[in-house]
Amino acid sequence: MTSLLETLFTTPLWSGLIKAIAVFSLLMLTALVLVWFERRVVAFMQNRIGPNRAGPFGILQTLADGLKLMFKEGIRPRKVEVGMYLAAPIAAMIPAFLIFMVVPIGAPIHIGDATVTLQGADLNVGLLVVLAKSSLAVYSIVLAGWASGSKYPLLGGVRATAQMISYEAAMGLALVPVVVLASAQLAGGDVGLGTMSFATIVELQQGSFRGPIPGWFVFWLLPSFVIFFTAAVAETNRAPFDLVEAESEIVGGYHTEYSGFRFAMFFLAEYINMFNVCAIAVTLFLGGWLGPGADLPYVGWAVPIFWFLVKTYALLFLLVWIRATLPRFRYDQLMSLGWKRLIPISLVWLVLFALVRAWQSFGAPWS
Amino acid sequence: MVELVLFVVFAAAALFGAVTMVWARNPVYSAMGLMLSMFSVAVFYVSNGAHFIAAVQVIIYAGAVMTLFLFVIMLIGVDKAETRTENLPLQRPAALGLIALFGAGVVVAGRSAWVTGRTVSPGSPIDGSIEEVGGELFNNWLLPFEITALLLIIAAAGAIALAFFRDDEEGDA
Repeated sequence: MTSLLETLFTTPLWSGLIKAIAVFSLLMLTALVLVWFERRVVAFMQNRIGPNRAGPFGILQTLADGLKLMFKEGIRPRKVEVGMYLAAPIAAMIPAFLIFMVVPIGAPIHIGDATVTLQGADLNVGLLVVLAKSSLAVYSIVLAGWASGSKYPLLGGVRATAQMISYEAAMGLALVPVVVLASAQLAGGDVGLGTMSFATIVELQQGSFRGPIPGWFVFWLLPSFVIFFTAAVAETNRAPFDLVEAESEIVGGYHTEYSGFRFAMFFLAEYINMFNVCAIAVTLFLGGWLGPGADLPYVGWAVPIFWFLVKTYALLFLLVWIRATLPRFRYDQLMSLGWKRLIPISLVWLVLFALVRAWQSFGAPWS
Repeated sequence: MVELVLFVVFAAAALFGAVTMVWARNPVYSAMGLMLSMFSVAVFYVSNGAHFIAAVQVIIYAGAVMTLFLFVIMLIGVDKAETRTENLPLQRPAALGLIALFGAGVVVAGRSAWVTGRTVSPGSPIDGSIEEVGGELFNNWLLPFEITALLLIIAAAGAIALAFFRDDEEGDA
């Protein structure tokens, strides 16, 4: 048995396939749980009960809703641009699944002689790949809005382009200090090359910051973390940045004309993207899968996965909390927050942090 | 083998995207064709070992630039099908002739090393990893890199200045 697993995981093709399937199932399962999680948490925050009928605590509610959407008639309005209209939901799903491929969800596992990394692919441009995939995610919304051939979806689509481009700049800038800090941790005080690989960034967060406080990057880079998280909320079009689908202004925004399973695909992609941004924030700032107890007998391999999920769900709870608390931004407020606050602050912070790093490596300018 | 399959699939996609970009009557389809073409080129960069350039290609061109194209197309409302009445009678035959000439030029020039830049030996892939590019950029080419950055900033500031301060508003500004 062990030898079979060993051969499976040492063959690149099979191990890649297994990881892809594992990531797919994990994300689908997560989306199911997440929809229920959000509805329950928001319900409790608004002094309601929320879904509690299907399954224990209503946890099967999303499954029931998903099945219902699958069997519903997919209504296609007469004025749609058929090709783009059909392609847009698929274009929403693909980047959502691909982004998660670079996130390590646990410590490497040893099966016999083979070492299995719990990560789709460890790329040396991991950070950039995340930015690239998230910049492709905007197409589905824009195209859905445009191809629907009616005014509210078009308004949602136009809003999405400007919003996602603006906040992507802030998100990218917030990630640069992570790379600077990673190079500092990797090379010690010396001048050296950094890294953009997610697996290495997690390993660099071992050790401690001060005394018992763990060496997570968030303690060095709190401003970056706040900016990244804000920009990530805007990138996933969640409240208070949900102008793209603001139901009180433009009906449903880009997915107004979608129904049945095509609507479900947009819905799934949104929840998977929520999970993605939280997982990336955990990996880059909160120590990823690091946590105590990884050397326990028998269950030691599962403990890092447990910590990863705990941290990610803590951030997801924060996301839901924000949604239940804050009212929606006006469009000009959204733009001025992005361009006049987040981007200048992250630029100044980046310069400051880079100066400190240069001071460490090269010494004070007068010495 | 994998590389060959990737090349064939994405070469076809790149060509299809390029033809769509020119051929489509609707500017939105043209923009998506261009996006497909750029994305396919990024895949070629990856298979040649230039990971950094590939990521940047997707972020900047396939991502940001094409999204702005779409934004402009939707905002100024040119997403209507264009008419195809011919104004210049000789345009199409001339275009065909020029394509043939250009193709012949590419085939001939592509054989010489001074066009392709370096003699490619199949055994040694070029190291275009992010460490390599960063080292080159910040050690050997720092001044050109910074001057280019300055140039882009000036261009951006100039564009904003042109958009904000028009001649007729100068009096009260």
